[in-house]
Amino acid sequence: MLARFLDSDFVYSFRRSPVAVVSTLVVLACVVGAVGAPWLAPHNPFDLASLSLMDSLQPPVFMADGTAAHLLGTDDQGRDVLSAIMYGTQISLMIGFLAIIFALVVGITVGLVAGYMGGAVDALLMRVTDVQLTFPSILIALLVDGVARAVLPRDFHDRMQIYVLVFAIGIARWPQFARTVRGSTLVERGREYVMAAKVIGLSSPRIMASHILPNVLGPVLVIATLNLGLAILDEATLSFLGVGLPPTQPSLGTLIRIGNDFLFSGEWWVTIFPGVMLAVMVLSINLLGDWLRDALNPRLR
Amino acid sequence: MSETSAVVLEATGVTRLFDVSRPWLQRVLVGEKRRHLRAVDDVSFAIPRGTTLALVGESGCGKSTVARLAVGLYGPSSGDIRFEGQALSAARSQAALRRRMNMIFQDPYASLNPRWRVRDIVAEPIRAFRLLSSAAEIDARVGELLTQVGLAAADGEKYPHEFSGGQRQRISIARALSSEPDFLVCDEPTSALDVSVQAQILNLMKELQQRLGLTYLFISHNLAVVRHMADRLGVMYLGRIVEMGPGEEVFRNPRHPYTRMLLEAIPDLDMVGVARTPVGGEVPSPINPPPGCPFHPRCKLANDRCRVEKPAHVRVGEVEVACHAVQEGRAEA
Repeated sequence: MLARFLDSDFVYSFRRSPVAVVSTLVVLACVVGAVGAPWLAPHNPFDLASLSLMDSLQPPVFMADGTAAHLLGTDDQGRDVLSAIMYGTQISLMIGFLAIIFALVVGITVGLVAGYMGGAVDALLMRVTDVQLTFPSILIALLVDGVARAVLPRDFHDRMQIYVLVFAIGIARWPQFARTVRGSTLVERGREYVMAAKVIGLSSPRIMASHILPNVLGPVLVIATLNLGLAILDEATLSFLGVGLPPTQPSLGTLIRIGNDFLFSGEWWVTIFPGVMLAVMVLSINLLGDWLRDALNPRLR
Repeated sequence: MSETSAVVLEATGVTRLFDVSRPWLQRVLVGEKRRHLRAVDDVSFAIPRGTTLALVGESGCGKSTVARLAVGLYGPSSGDIRFEGQALSAARSQAALRRRMNMIFQDPYASLNPRWRVRDIVAEPIRAFRLLSSAAEIDARVGELLTQVGLAAADGEKYPHEFSGGQRQRISIARALSSEPDFLVCDEPTSALDVSVQAQILNLMKELQQRLGLTYLFISHNLAVVRHMADRLGVMYLGRIVEMGPGEEVFRNPRHPYTRMLLEAIPDLDMVGVARTPVGGEVPSPINPPPGCPFHPRCKLANDRCRVEKPAHVRVGEVEVACHAVQEGRAEA
């Protein structure tokens, strides 16, 4: 199985593409650094006991006053910027992943049902999707966040903020998946293997799940990869605007916002490093998605 | 088999319309009525157990719609289809009866799910009808089925794309046989295959029919294929069966002008150099069929009656023909 996979066109085209290899390595490094943050990070930015205001706003190691203890310097609370980035990446990636999974589940379900059932069900679901598509995703995310803030009690809201963000970003991104899945489903449902399943009397949910779903997943996974980068950016945007995660639980967007206050007083490292991290990570994910799209497109082989 | 009747499938006056209207809003704006395509028009036939009824006709004459009506993929707009003496929809709601019908499709590249292994494809009906429970039994049965259609049991591990068109059609047949049916609808099973492979598949189907006592509804546009397979033959034109009778009789002594036109067009070594009547004209649109006999715009024998009055089916010897010219004796030339 593994040997067969390593011998496939897919792996061959991967090896031949330096962009794909490099961006995969970068994404892997981000994931390892983020997931392994509790063990790999030099400091724990959440451990208030270890923070000292004496360490605040130290420059990175390559500048005159930098120390090796804080490679990328510290922020105004004396938190190590490198460690904060690692923990922040963890949160950003997690929200991005969960939001995309949520959007995938909703989008694939709606797309499959609309495409397979057709008729009035299809018309209704697709009009809902169209209406949803006319709103910019960041606007929907802001709206959901605002409603959540108004409805939920404050301390509960702070604890639930990650899930509110996941919901807000996911609900803004599902229509693309729904449309793609519906399009592929329309093609697949007319194929004779679906008819063969109908002749033996399989139920519609079973045909959708076991026959059509595996055949429509390919294009969706490409869009999911591209959207993962965008979802991470959505989260960063919301956090930067101050409606995302609180400073006690900083994501990359929160770090950039906090650091933004010090940009003009010369402590550029507090905001630039998380910004570079975000840019590099999203760029790599998008390049990977681009390559995936081409690699899975048989016409470009 | 508990309930066995002499006739496996019987269709009486079956008509199927398709709604081809434009979307509601456009229709209202233009002030247009609903439009229907009459794909199958007043078709009747009966298939006795263990025999093959073949339907031939040009593209778009409604053959495939008949095939889908026969397994209940479509419901008839009017008329009655009975399977083993029961109404088809009632028969299809019982797993025990539904199991006894299956279908073989035209395109061996679209009829097998590309993401499934062959053993899962062949085992799907077995699992759907819970014919066997243990994985070992299912594996053994799948191996047996694959061997029966001339493949190796080990081929079950592969995916469909690893097979040629003919091999895929064998897989398709193995799947159709796995529910142990006694009625198979074959919708142009060989038209996508090379001529050399067609013969193999047809011989396999004949052999299986003799061994397992299968009943076939065989759809094709290829007269040579039909001659090889058919016990009874129906010739379809624009949704209607214009001539139906024992296969050899229809071939040797064609009565309907359309059947004659089709048979004249078959390439034949004895006829080299002989001038032929070409199959002229186009099939009219089934959305807007001509009045009277649907064949009259292309028929040399058409007269005023043909242009107005739809011909009824009339028995001539062993054959049923729907043609005014035949009934009036104008056809003998």
